[in-house]
Amino acid sequence: MPEKHKHVADKPDNAQNANAPAEETAAVVSVDTAGGAMEPSAVPATAQSGQLPGGPDTLMRKIFTGSGMVSVLAVLLALIIGGLLIASTDERVSTTAGYLFARPTDFLGAVWNAATRSYIALFQGSVFNPRGNGLALQFAPLMETLTIATPLITAGLGVALAFRAGLFNIGGQGQIIMAGIVAAWVGFALDLPVGLHLLLVLVAGIIGGAVWGGLVGLIKARTGAHEVILTIMFNYIALYFLRYLLNTPAFQRPGESNPISPILDPTAVYPQILGTQYRLHLGFVLAIAATVLVWWLLNRSTVGFEFRAVGANPKAAQTAGINVSRSTILVMALAGGLAGMAGVAQVAGTEKVLTDGVAATYGFDAITVALLGRSTPWGTFAAGLLFGAFRAGAVQMQIQTGTPIDIVLVVQSLIVLFIAAPPLVRAVFGLNPRKKKSTPKKGSKTGSRETAQAAAGGAA
Amino acid sequence: MSTTATSPLPGTPQEPTEALELQATSAKPVTWKIPVLLGALGIVALVFFGLMAPNQAATFGISTGSDFFQLPALQINALAGGIVLSVLMLGLAAYSVYLKTKDRPTPAWVVVAFIVLFAAAFLVWVVGGARTPSISLAGLIAGSVTLAVPLVFGSLSGVLCERVGVVNIAIEGQLLGGAFTAAIVASITQNAFVGLLAAALAGALVSMVLALFSIKYLVNQIIVGVVLNVLVSGVTGFLFSTVMQEDSARFNSPPGLGIIDIPLLSSIPIIGPILFKQSLVGYLMYIAVAVVWVGLFKTKWGLRVRAVGEHPQAADTMGIKVNATRFWNVTLGGAIAGIGGSFFTLVAIDSFTKEISGGRGFIALAALIFGRWNPIGAFFAALLFGFADNLQSIVTIIGTPVPSQFMAMLPYVVTVLAVAGLVGKSRGPAASGIPYVKG
Repeated sequence: MPEKHKHVADKPDNAQNANAPAEETAAVVSVDTAGGAMEPSAVPATAQSGQLPGGPDTLMRKIFTGSGMVSVLAVLLALIIGGLLIASTDERVSTTAGYLFARPTDFLGAVWNAATRSYIALFQGSVFNPRGNGLALQFAPLMETLTIATPLITAGLGVALAFRAGLFNIGGQGQIIMAGIVAAWVGFALDLPVGLHLLLVLVAGIIGGAVWGGLVGLIKARTGAHEVILTIMFNYIALYFLRYLLNTPAFQRPGESNPISPILDPTAVYPQILGTQYRLHLGFVLAIAATVLVWWLLNRSTVGFEFRAVGANPKAAQTAGINVSRSTILVMALAGGLAGMAGVAQVAGTEKVLTDGVAATYGFDAITVALLGRSTPWGTFAAGLLFGAFRAGAVQMQIQTGTPIDIVLVVQSLIVLFIAAPPLVRAVFGLNPRKKKSTPKKGSKTGSRETAQAAAGGAA
Repeated sequence: MSTTATSPLPGTPQEPTEALELQATSAKPVTWKIPVLLGALGIVALVFFGLMAPNQAATFGISTGSDFFQLPALQINALAGGIVLSVLMLGLAAYSVYLKTKDRPTPAWVVVAFIVLFAAAFLVWVVGGARTPSISLAGLIAGSVTLAVPLVFGSLSGVLCERVGVVNIAIEGQLLGGAFTAAIVASITQNAFVGLLAAALAGALVSMVLALFSIKYLVNQIIVGVVLNVLVSGVTGFLFSTVMQEDSARFNSPPGLGIIDIPLLSSIPIIGPILFKQSLVGYLMYIAVAVVWVGLFKTKWGLRVRAVGEHPQAADTMGIKVNATRFWNVTLGGAIAGIGGSFFTLVAIDSFTKEISGGRGFIALAALIFGRWNPIGAFFAALLFGFADNLQSIVTIIGTPVPSQFMAMLPYVVTVLAVAGLVGKSRGPAASGIPYVKG
């Protein structure tokens, strides 16, 4: 696998060439989306250095072509396509399409109505419901959004942290499950005083996730097996293990034939922080704390610097005296621990029992959350809130307008696809004013771009 | 299925050219990995399947009623059978150790024979310990092949993509897209063949998105793959709820592809039903495996494809259009996976439901890796996983001490073992996952 790196390094280095608009777009993309694929890859380097490669530029162009703008436009584009999909199956749209040429306004109006009706319902279900009785109820959807965002944020942080170290952690699902198993068992089987019990549930869950994630790191470090394959397999192993456990006397609720655990003790669950009317629990505060912690870890600590150095260029990191194996194991364990927090949020926060649906699809959603957040801690936090809003709102949308929840999957995945391909988004919105010439600069082969990025990341 | 001869030491840098199918073994030191692993598994088999097996006869029915001639059912004492089989396994392990002491690698046939023996010992043990210690071997094997069909198509898609240098995590999406399109098109046209064709197109379409984003926009291929799976799941789920469920008679009742029974040949015990009593998709599977294998390893086209996957710069220098080759190969792979997806809705079940592919795309991915990026290897790996899948449902019926969840876990555990030990490091095409930028 190390050899793969060579190809990346052999590419002409456009990133540092200020006057090379020629391949600027390609450079932005390949850096941003990690043209190097599996290795330094998933780490959005622009997020590390805080600036777009490609040199100085006018302010206006920066605003309109910068990564922030691309993110906004990507969300917009995804929503538009999602809206078209909703409209395409709408009855009024198909009726009006019958006399499209006679009265096109009817058709366009119907399309607009179908899409906006669903999105308004989505908004009302996720942020603010004007029909609520009193302010408390009007903001209930927002609280629901935060509740659902909690596991998304922590699991997303786990994926993001691994990305920064150049590892693709698809194992959030399995890590959440393992954490859920351990945390739930501590929660219902042990009898401990208030405070200590919850603390132990949290710690046990984090360790459960960390062990499951760290195991992947260990196998990768020892044998070189690819973490994508390992984490996918570990997800399934964890799921079947959970299903097995839920049929054993130790985990199955007494007198119950369904695979469901006993309810966690009241001493073992997160308190509801804004009163019993909302499901929002202490886990959300811990998610904020985890975000701060990951930010500190990545940007202020030696370990975090090592992670990023390994992510940018494992060979260079090795040469610089960083223990790559140790970093791999550690970062996977930490990622597992963060996903573990999501598992704890599920069993000790929202669900209060362990079922085989404990992880729902949070582990997979976490990947899109981390990608949308460009693998930065606060970006991930914001993306978690956005996707939490989608999830919460989709339920309301389905009830009100009959639009299936699946539309959220479509919009989510489109957002990530578009964000990963900024030139596409710019092309769709006509923001590619510069003409492309292709004269690759052969002379600028330095092969040290990753190292430079690592250094830039360290300085940022 | 897998040659272990070229397994490098951990940490040995691997030159891109070495990952070609050349048996460039001369320079590489032989590791202890395989002999130790085989030995350990042999001891596990001896203890669990041999010494701890119940002293009960396991019965395996071989013939079905429609065969030409009836073979008597096979009766094996679980205790004796387990011991004999595990001793044979230990013999193979000892042979592997002996070869290691002579500094020679373990040949592939030893590993394959070991896996077969292990599966047989496991089977004898499971059936011997069951409440009703009798199963139909013919049914078990035929069922395994049936369950393996989508896996084989999926892993062929993966082979084609990875051999040309594009990681295909989107197999699941391609299968699901194929299944959905086959169902809806076959229902509307009332023609299963049109549905099959549409499934191939749908799979190709999913693949084209993968190719577009990973080749033109240089997006990380794993990201595109993961996201595409979600996208296809969302789109099919959405259309299922809004279109199919509204009028399932019109949109979700595809005519099935029937079983084509080749007279006489299909009455041969055991192999008859496997080879000559399949649906059209089943026959296509055998053809596809053969065509892809011959194409990749015996034609000029295949050489070019592999060159692009191993060393795109060299291929480019020789005048091969790297990105075009990649694009069309990935598209072709998607079409093949799409056909595999149609198996769900046109053969196995006669309607589409949400997430009908149920994670089989990921098992196909595992099969491709376990089969070492080789169509035939992937085929046998898929058969093994189909076997485990089928066995899981059978052990639930006959009632064995092994929880069915552990049987379900088996393919995944085997894959982890494979990528960690048997398959070793960096076995894939060298440039797989790396976008190619000319210059």
